[in-house]
Amino acid sequence: MAELKEAPAGASMAVKLTTWVDNRFPSAFQAYRDHMSEYYTPKNFNFWYFFGSLAMLVLVIQIVTGIFLTMHYKPDAAQAFASVEYIMREVPGGWLIRYMHSTGASAFFIVVYLHMYRGLIYGSYRKPRELVWIFGCAIFLCLMGEAFFGYLLPWGQMSYWGAQVIVNLFAAVPFIGEDLALLIRGDYVVGDATLNRFFAFHVIAVPLALLGLVVAHIFALHDVGSNNPDGVEIKAKKDARGIPLDGIPFHPYYSVHDTLGVAVFLLVFCAIMFFAPELGGYFLEYNNFIPADPLKTPAHIAPVWYFTPFYTMLRATTDQMTAVLSLIILLSTAWSVLNVRMAAFVKLVLVGAAVVVIALLGGLKAVFGLVGVSLPAYWLLTGFDAKFWGVVLMGGAVIILFFLPWLDNSPAKSIRYRPGWHKLVLAIFVVSFLILGYQGTQPAAPSGSMLERISQVCTLIYFGFFLLMPWWSRMGTFKPVPDRVTFEAH
Amino acid sequence: MSDSEVDSARRNWVMITCGAGAVGGVATAVPFLASFTPSDRAKAAGAPVEVDIGDLKPGEKLVVEWRGKPVWIMRRTPEQLKSLEKSEALVADPRSERTQYPTPPYAKNQARSIKPEVFVAVGICSHLGCSPSDKFQVGAQPSLPDDWLGGFLCPCHGSTFDLAGRVYKNKPAPDNLEVPAHMYLSDSRLLIGEDKKA
Repeated sequence: MAELKEAPAGASMAVKLTTWVDNRFPSAFQAYRDHMSEYYTPKNFNFWYFFGSLAMLVLVIQIVTGIFLTMHYKPDAAQAFASVEYIMREVPGGWLIRYMHSTGASAFFIVVYLHMYRGLIYGSYRKPRELVWIFGCAIFLCLMGEAFFGYLLPWGQMSYWGAQVIVNLFAAVPFIGEDLALLIRGDYVVGDATLNRFFAFHVIAVPLALLGLVVAHIFALHDVGSNNPDGVEIKAKKDARGIPLDGIPFHPYYSVHDTLGVAVFLLVFCAIMFFAPELGGYFLEYNNFIPADPLKTPAHIAPVWYFTPFYTMLRATTDQMTAVLSLIILLSTAWSVLNVRMAAFVKLVLVGAAVVVIALLGGLKAVFGLVGVSLPAYWLLTGFDAKFWGVVLMGGAVIILFFLPWLDNSPAKSIRYRPGWHKLVLAIFVVSFLILGYQGTQPAAPSGSMLERISQVCTLIYFGFFLLMPWWSRMGTFKPVPDRVTFEAH
Repeated sequence: MSDSEVDSARRNWVMITCGAGAVGGVATAVPFLASFTPSDRAKAAGAPVEVDIGDLKPGEKLVVEWRGKPVWIMRRTPEQLKSLEKSEALVADPRSERTQYPTPPYAKNQARSIKPEVFVAVGICSHLGCSPSDKFQVGAQPSLPDDWLGGFLCPCHGSTFDLAGRVYKNKPAPDNLEVPAHMYLSDSRLLIGEDKKA
């Protein structure tokens, strides 16, 4: 324990009080310095750097509005729907709190998707920020869980059938799936038990995990320092005091700067919340204004917009798609065995693994199908159902993000110094993702239709972007990366 | 401290304590995990349901709730039964041989029913659990092929079923609609959920 500090003689009451607290709780002051006043941030941040602090703002909005909603909401299948309408119609200010929460849910995903896109274009996940990225991906995963659990609570038709579909995804897991789904639902169908436990997950379990991850995300970020649009390490050039030459203290520079982002964000947020809280059925789906009916699925069910890209991948996985995947695995294994130098044993393992995966994908079934022979329906011969692979693809699309730091081999972090055609690759990826998202809001495309083919091609582009990244990311002519960040004072 | 020799007796006790702690921790987790499984009340709710189908006219469908799921009872017209012959070649598992949702032996026929005209099935798609919609009208219509024979369409992922609940080929749903255990108590009284008098 260090000696107690003394406030200078004749100091004001405020200084005396500060000194008193500092002597008893110095870590609070240290935390303020580490994360605010002495956290040196690159001075060349641009538009894309607003979304981190905005995500924090939305998190606070969701927690505060959520607490107030739980004061009136009833997690009971017989009362849930009516209690939400009670909040909307009879609780003073209830409508505003509820619309804040529902608009906040969509706003959270908009902000987080843009935040992730920023990381993608400037290589913010590259060494030494791998853990920052991984914590971020875990936050994204928690957020998806949080949104899914929360969506059941209004107990409308879309809540009910959405939960039914997603819980049944787990039932597609071979052998243990049915029991797993039973464990999640707590009943043989989505019912009161399911609603009650989803409420517990939504209001306490997942938010606690989320908060812990947010702390880890920010601590890890502040330990290694922020990346910037040039992808230059500002810590490489320091002044005599050890402060990065291109760094400025987060507070007051960026704390004030971020208020601009907050103001613009709140303008848009309030416009939606007050004038179009349903946003044409995208933020609040029309079918959810009908109470849950376990006997009747609405004619058109679709998840909320932020899940739709992944949902389309699920729908795109048909028997034909698994046949195509088998073919891709066959060709890429053959190519790597012939062209990549590795030990014979490794080759053998690779071929063995490929054969197993192709068999489970139903590749054998596809080959026999071509010559007009249909195999008896045992999974050993025909592989797992396409349904299971749809779930694998859907989950894999999120899990693959975790590996991004090790997939990117580009010599330059930032897109600014990468070959021009890399921007085109990124654009194709983004457009495919948007197409997948749009298709997920639409009714299922008839099998074999052009629309279904488009969704399958976009799914392949999504995975190709990541799985081929180790090769394409180092190809082309890179521009020289400067020593210092590029910055022009206003 | 680090230079001193390891006191192996103490090390053993530390390990035993950690081991005992881990066993206690796992044992404590058991009741928490068990609380996720269906409660006794949920298990008891699976009793069979008795239905009177005396008023069901040809071409009509009735929906009753059994174990929280919709069960369809449909009296098919002769034309509808005839359409099953045409769909025989178009469906994935015409003889109901798959075992995921085993079809009771008395329904392992083309009409998948005890009496040819009365079709009993759980109205839950074997893909992801949506309830398919009735598409009894024959012919071209949105989301369906132009030579549609009449049947059911799942609104979630587009699986189609014929009028015996047999899933068409190359659809997301792997299985035919489940035929629950059922039996006739009399000519017009049907018991769903049990196939022999207890």
